[in-house]
Amino acid sequence: MNKNDPLLEVQNLKTYFNLRGSILRKHSKYVKAVDTISVTVRSQETVAVVGESGCGKTTLARTILLLTHPTAGSIMLLGREGVKSKEFYRNVQMVFQDPDSSLDPTMKIRDIIAEPLKGLSNLTQKEIESRVLKSLEEVALNSDVLDRVPRQLSGGQKQRINIARAIVTEPKLVILDEPTSALDASVQAQILNLLLDLQTQHGLSYLIITHNIAVAEYLSDRIYVMYAGRIVEQGPTEVVIRKPRHPYTIALLASAPIPDPKRKNLLNVEIVGEPPSSINPPSGCRFHPRCPYSEEICSIKEPDLDPLSQDRFVACHFVNKTA
Amino acid sequence: MKEGSILTENVLTVENLSIDYESNRGPVHALDSVSIGIQPRSLTAIVGESGCGKTSLGLGVIGLLPMPPVKNITGKVWYKKVNLLDLDKEEIRRYRGTEIAMIFQEPITSLNPVYKVGQQIEEAIAIRDSRATHKNTDANDRRSEIIESLNRVRIPDAENVANRYPFELSGGMRQRIMIAMALAQKPSLLIADEPTTALDVTTQAQVLKLMRNLMNEVNTSILLITHDLAVASQVADKVAVMYGGQIVEEAEVNELFSAPSHPYTQGLLACIPTGSKAKARLKPIQGNVLDLKQTVNYCKFAPRCPHVMDKCWESKPDLRTVEGEHKAACYLNE
Repeated sequence: MNKNDPLLEVQNLKTYFNLRGSILRKHSKYVKAVDTISVTVRSQETVAVVGESGCGKTTLARTILLLTHPTAGSIMLLGREGVKSKEFYRNVQMVFQDPDSSLDPTMKIRDIIAEPLKGLSNLTQKEIESRVLKSLEEVALNSDVLDRVPRQLSGGQKQRINIARAIVTEPKLVILDEPTSALDASVQAQILNLLLDLQTQHGLSYLIITHNIAVAEYLSDRIYVMYAGRIVEQGPTEVVIRKPRHPYTIALLASAPIPDPKRKNLLNVEIVGEPPSSINPPSGCRFHPRCPYSEEICSIKEPDLDPLSQDRFVACHFVNKTA
Repeated sequence: MKEGSILTENVLTVENLSIDYESNRGPVHALDSVSIGIQPRSLTAIVGESGCGKTSLGLGVIGLLPMPPVKNITGKVWYKKVNLLDLDKEEIRRYRGTEIAMIFQEPITSLNPVYKVGQQIEEAIAIRDSRATHKNTDANDRRSEIIESLNRVRIPDAENVANRYPFELSGGMRQRIMIAMALAQKPSLLIADEPTTALDVTTQAQVLKLMRNLMNEVNTSILLITHDLAVASQVADKVAVMYGGQIVEEAEVNELFSAPSHPYTQGLLACIPTGSKAKARLKPIQGNVLDLKQTVNYCKFAPRCPHVMDKCWESKPDLRTVEGEHKAACYLNE
């Protein structure tokens, strides 16, 4: 597979959760957590999905992994439809946010890392053992942790174990859900460097789900900005960060604190209100109640994700106003 | 530290505050001789990673640390010429809330779920009045003050919100309610422990901007406890960086970020991703955060420090002046 060939292609994905679904209720309500989203990850590329809590980014990750059943849409991996199979999970693995709750507290580290191999491959015990050791080495941990249990490790070490478990099947794509948000700043930097090293060594692709703009900017080649279940802007990371065009992206970037007291962006933030609930999202453009450019059409018609240039898309009726 | 001038100038002066906890694996030295002064109408940020003692400092100042597990608290906490550590449980309650208020990371755990938010703000107002005048004020006056304090924290439709329960409000609204309650007592100092960590970035920006504006409106000082250097850089006047229960560097905000002196501060700044991987690889601090169970007589950062010298293993550096108000605890500055 060559660099930049499409690896994962998600088309018009919808994930709706039935709310108080009962046979007596005729019109049941839905939480439209993921509402018609298309995402592509190319070979050896890092794609970031950024958004605030409740925007549906974690549901998107879980649906791509087939841990949540999609309501509609298609998920293609390596040109084949994604179905729950050994082959699928050999190629796609995930690292979860909380390094504590994603490791079984009663299992030894050696068994935690070996577990995906036991289920997904036909390797002998000896081969499994050597793959586990190799994986552990790659996340820069000593083999003396093998017989420990998770509580004997620090937060950073636990996240390294999570990464070791994800790469042990030699996947093509690793989905990282907030991989560093539970970690301290000094440990976060170690993990980010580790992720970059693993990517170069193994030609991995990453799909990173995060609320942290700085992490997304640092790691990703392309970025998708999610708001209330929809993609509002997408494009090459550098371009989007330097010149955001959707009013939400503009507000999101302006709200992210910069570690420089001479550039006091935070105290000039204009955005008001909070993200809407996905049960009753606003009509038309979901951002219109908070948008400084909002006009009548914004509350009536939902804007399409239209191309602005090659590889760059924005869903806004008045995209000219932010030029 | 000279008494007199500093005590009258500062809202709060902490002198050599040390706090030890008891644990079943031996004592934990959470704070190791911390001294810091807070000036009127200023925002001081305490920055550090988990376990550095920043929350113990905040709780220790207003006597909210339970004994046990806390074993020893030594030092002095001067507030209006009174050493708060000399007061007994009943006496310090008169300061807590009314003179020094505190807000926490998770507003939902700080609010009573079975009372409407208006009632909870009313309670704060009633306590303030009974302490000040020893009599209760008129219910109508209190009602208008509730609305006024909700308006102060920019809550739209205050009449309606006062009649809601905490679970009906969003995270950002709840933290605004906490701020409204804290400020309703008109404290001279507000201690805010990670007030925006549970909030989204756009909400965080709104709440921090609000806190900064309110500081001047209601004439209070803020002690902001945070793990986020970027947040501190945006809102603080003065920043103190903590490591292993000590303040390792303290400076005016521009000075700290333009000329960080302690290797730990430099390391923390180098850890923050700015820009793309293509431009610069991050330089993480090696190793892990210190275990506070050890009593050490050398520099606590020495095991992780890239500039470590023989001297660093021989004795512990004190917080010394680098230039003007800029202080650091490091032998490199000698």
